[in-house]
Amino acid sequence: MTPLQPIQTFGRYIQLMGKVFSWPERFRMYLKQYVKEMYQLGVDSILIVLLISFFIGAVICIQMKVNIQSPWMPRFTTGYTTREILLLEFSSSIMCLILAGKVGSNIASEIGTMRVTQQIDALEIMGVNSASFLILPKIAALVTMIPVLVSFSIFAGLGGAYAISYAGILTPEDLTYGLQHGFNEWYVWMSFIKSFVFAYIIASVSAFYGYTVEGGSVEVGKASTDSVVHCSMLILFADIFLTQILS
Amino acid sequence: MIELHNIYKSFEDKDVLKDINTTFQTGKTNLIIGQSGSGKTVLMKCIVGLLQPTSGEILYDGRDFVRMSKKERMLLRREMGMIFQSAALFDSMTVLENVMFPLDMFSSMTLSERKQRACQCLDRVNLIEAQKKYPDEISGGMQKRVAIARAIALNPKYLFCDEPNSGLDPKTSLVIDALIHDITQEYQMTTIINTHDMNSVMGIGESIIFIKEGREEWVGDKTQVMTSTCQPLIDFIFASDLLRKAREANLKI
Ligand SMILES: Nc1ncnc2c1ncn2[C@@H]1O[C@H](COP(=O)(O)OP(=O)(O)O)[C@@H](O)[C@H]1O
Ligand SMILES: [Mg+2]
Repeated sequence: MTPLQPIQTFGRYIQLMGKVFSWPERFRMYLKQYVKEMYQLGVDSILIVLLISFFIGAVICIQMKVNIQSPWMPRFTTGYTTREILLLEFSSSIMCLILAGKVGSNIASEIGTMRVTQQIDALEIMGVNSASFLILPKIAALVTMIPVLVSFSIFAGLGGAYAISYAGILTPEDLTYGLQHGFNEWYVWMSFIKSFVFAYIIASVSAFYGYTVEGGSVEVGKASTDSVVHCSMLILFADIFLTQILS
Repeated sequence: MIELHNIYKSFEDKDVLKDINTTFQTGKTNLIIGQSGSGKTVLMKCIVGLLQPTSGEILYDGRDFVRMSKKERMLLRREMGMIFQSAALFDSMTVLENVMFPLDMFSSMTLSERKQRACQCLDRVNLIEAQKKYPDEISGGMQKRVAIARAIALNPKYLFCDEPNSGLDPKTSLVIDALIHDITQEYQMTTIINTHDMNSVMGIGESIIFIKEGREEWVGDKTQVMTSTCQPLIDFIFASDLLRKAREANLKI
């Protein structure tokens, strides 16, 4: 790997995005793709988001109660910290890292397979802007669905915390008190804003790796792995910047 | 009519096409034949614009394809149909949706008109009963026929087929060849077919160019193939034991 390579890759990414963001030739077809992708990328991810968030919410609550809360700490500590962790980092950043694994590899391998089986060439021959037709609906769909997924994650996490409280670790009243203590609405918006950026990163970067595959099934596999790795790194970097800018 | 003038194509380290000059006639099946690796696919990709030739000129009925603007190229492409080596059907769509796709994308017909046209095309390739199936549920020969139906949905002027018979049994190959030949005449298209299948050469070789290592070695038609004195072509044709023995037997008689 030469030092120039990342710059070249970035240049090709920008070029591809130039092709992607062009005015759709046939709006109806894009709309159809968009709806399909919202289902495939968004709705199909809801279950895993709920599941993971529920358990992480529960575990955070236990950890806070067991390790942080003590008699000379205010009784809102557990609820307060659980809420802040969920809102500030887990439900946006960590959830998107997980989605980069699920959705990102899905996008990269789908588009990559279309590339190696010449389906993309077939689109090009017909005179379709294949980059735009395949990638734009995916970006739009994921960016649309991500606030829904983030909300689901927040509520599932809180659900996990309540489940633990009913299991007897702390009283639900204490938890509710903590969750409501010093609530700052901006944190919810921050969570959404961050997730929009992450959604764009996941969809566009993994589509880039899929679209530029050359070769066969081995390269598709590699593109899928690469896309997850690079999406995750970019999300983590973006998280630092966004957190700085937004708070 | 498609004319090629001085087409060269090289990749970083290697020259694949060297000075190809030829004309493909309208209403005929024009064959590009040659061994695997001789550059047939690269040539076809250059002609349709999936690859940019290093130098040379490609004229579609006089329109310069290499130097036209992106927009013009996009429009010209709507006059092309292509059948890929792997059929390249969209695997997330049913057979009918595949054939309807170009219509959905580019025609101004209503839904029922589009459906009717797609069914008409499927009927032409005898696949109307498979319209609700997905590409992975039908055989290779059927996939090729669907690809043909999709390629002709918009009444193209130019049809390109990259090894339409690869992976098919001889009998199915004959069906596909006959279909491409008939459709070419029906629609008066300029059809270009890549192949290394001698059955196709003898069956539908109305105009043939033979390529060896990226160089155009011989031009003719099916009546001239067997009597050609071009040594590389003879080596190519009689590479099969069976044909060679037949030829030797023939010579003895
Ligand atoms: N994208 C590419 N980059 C470099 N070399 C290529 C590329 N595509 C094809 N080639 C080379 O060009 C030659 C001709 O390939 P091809 O046209 O696929 O042969 P065929 O006649 O079997 O279709 C081969 O030697 C191949 O290695
Ligand atoms: Mg080939």
